[in-house]
Amino acid sequence: MAEIRGESPLAPRAKLLAEASVPDVLELGEIPFLTQVALRLDPEGAEAARVGAALGAPLPLAPGTSVVAGDLLVLWMGPDEWLVMGEQGRAPEVVSALTRSLEGEHGAVVDVSGQRTTLEVAGPRAEEFLNKGCPLDLHPFSFGPGRCAQTLLARTEVALLRRHGTTPVFWVLVRSSFARHLAGWAADAAAEYGARDTLA
Amino acid sequence: MMSIPCPWCGPRDEIEFHYGGQAGVAYPQDPHTLTDEDWAQFLFFRDNPRGAFGERWLHAAGCRRWFSLRRDTVTNRILDRHDTRTVGQ
Repeated sequence: MAEIRGESPLAPRAKLLAEASVPDVLELGEIPFLTQVALRLDPEGAEAARVGAALGAPLPLAPGTSVVAGDLLVLWMGPDEWLVMGEQGRAPEVVSALTRSLEGEHGAVVDVSGQRTTLEVAGPRAEEFLNKGCPLDLHPFSFGPGRCAQTLLARTEVALLRRHGTTPVFWVLVRSSFARHLAGWAADAAAEYGARDTLA
Repeated sequence: MMSIPCPWCGPRDEIEFHYGGQAGVAYPQDPHTLTDEDWAQFLFFRDNPRGAFGERWLHAAGCRRWFSLRRDTVTNRILDRHDTRTVGQ
């Protein structure tokens, strides 16, 4: 009998993404199976403060921002909606901690780790590359480290996050069923960077 | 292509939004007392002005929140937003 194993949405495109990557210019790759927990609650209620205390950092209330809370990451997804991200396998623990701090108040904590996968786009050409399919201004002045946005990339609904660091690194959170379409688009859009001597 | 100012996310391209029709159409206080004609007026009849028009928009590909603004239907210029940020609705 065949062994049952899980495969990430972009596993069939790992080779394609690796081939499309250009070292030190633009690197593409999937970060599979990250923990993602959707959190909804009243941002002005006492439960928001309790959740912030449980996470170790207050929930980000400004649109398009994120906070680092220990080894978790909290993204603003809407005025009463956040996405808590972490390493693979953290979901049950995060869900129970968040549910506990709601203390029965009106809200929702749902493990949505399977909903999206993460495509990492890194390198000095990352902004230019993403702007081929997304009209947002991704310059660090308006979209600096820790900024996030839900928008369209190559006509696909994604959440974009700029990671902290000296070189540009973006996480593109894409719905699992759209991931292979996006990988195909990404490989095509990255093709021009393969000819390294034209870049100078 | 219009650039539509979402009260939460700021200006975004029109393709991220869904149109929600005329703003400020109130649900009848007591629908049972309405005549069929008045009910049809409420359900189906909307203003169609040449010029300023208050309308609802949904930031579907972004924060998924509804909001209202006034748009000039001739020039597509956004005149003002008469909706502050609302969490509910």
